[in-house]
Amino acid sequence: MTEEKFQKRIDAEQKIEPKDWMPDAYRKHLIRQISQHAHSEVIGMQPEGNWVTRAPSLRAKMILLAKIQDEAGHGLYLYSACETLGISRDELVQQLHDGKAKYSSIFNYPTLNWADMGAVGWLVDGAAIVNQVSLQRTSYGPYSRGMVRICKEESFHQRQGYEIMATMAAGTPEQKQMAQDALNRIWWPSIMMFGPHDADSPRSGNALKWKIKRQTNDELRQSFIDKTVAQAELIGLTIPDPDLKWNEETGHYDFGAMDWDEFWRVVKGDGPCNKQRLDHHKKAHKEGEWVRNAAKAYAKKQELLTV
Amino acid sequence: MSENTDVWEVFIQSKNGLPHKHAGNVHATDKEMALQNARDLYTRRKEGSSIWVVKATDIIASQSEESEEFFDPSDDKMYRHPTFYTMPEGSKNI
Ligand SMILES: [Fe+2]
Ligand SMILES: [Fe+2]
Repeated sequence: MTEEKFQKRIDAEQKIEPKDWMPDAYRKHLIRQISQHAHSEVIGMQPEGNWVTRAPSLRAKMILLAKIQDEAGHGLYLYSACETLGISRDELVQQLHDGKAKYSSIFNYPTLNWADMGAVGWLVDGAAIVNQVSLQRTSYGPYSRGMVRICKEESFHQRQGYEIMATMAAGTPEQKQMAQDALNRIWWPSIMMFGPHDADSPRSGNALKWKIKRQTNDELRQSFIDKTVAQAELIGLTIPDPDLKWNEETGHYDFGAMDWDEFWRVVKGDGPCNKQRLDHHKKAHKEGEWVRNAAKAYAKKQELLTV
Repeated sequence: MSENTDVWEVFIQSKNGLPHKHAGNVHATDKEMALQNARDLYTRRKEGSSIWVVKATDIIASQSEESEEFFDPSDDKMYRHPTFYTMPEGSKNI
């Protein structure tokens, strides 16, 4: 099949399945995007895992554990989707360890106190949902089906975070201040999760043409900001952007300039927790090696017994 | 020892009486582990009442490139469908 025929299928909103012909660049783009997405789900468990043993109540602890377990599941759905493109799970993990594959920069920021669990669920999962809802319509079948499954599970993540923020904002002045401080720190990195401005995003062209992405970075970011402002106002918190203003003409919020220098510094490895996150993943992977080996040895033995 | 573990395809019956439907896959070294992983990954919210796991390498699939020839024996057999038949004017309950 030619590239032209492939594009016709895309334009007709047909899903591409693993065994269908696809351009090499389409396959490569998908592997990069889906693996980055999978790694983000997995690394994203670390900042939240930091607070499991210090959750303020048993209810809070059970919720946090359930959320983190969901994120592990999201990582697995996405690795599965990525493997259908002809790359093995081991290669994917190796690329992460070698720094060849990235994950979302937001997880290179520390979670300093319990209010951060609220801000992360509300804003980080909130931003992820906007992106993932859009990706349910991606052109690659396995990726699209993974997104549908993930979106069903995500909404509790955002709601539990917003509930924490609302509770703290309605608490003592110190608690309200903690919630405001978490919002102040996490707001800008969370709106930068959508990536660079469309004008500075060289790969977006193909991704949109092939319908891997259905909306641009700036469109997704705007829709997240438009949704979130009223939620902050409702619980009496202030979004830390003096330029944030409703624009009657466009029907959207205008907002201030993002610090892209910081964004690229963190992407390139110089964030507060980059090294810690990757080291922890490598350590956990290495420490699990004997378990994987034992499981394989056990399976071999069972096979011999049944022959 | 090679790191790659077997891939198992997972089929879930959401309710008693319904067919098992493909949900996704898991990695596992043996059948019990495959079932447990499938339960933990695909039924955290009561999505299932029964799970089947099948080694992915044991599944025989038709080829999508050859699907036209493969399925064409049924193309010209409209008489297998009830709409093929003309019923006499006024007939009921048939
Ligand atoms: Fe997730
Ligand atoms: Fe989430």
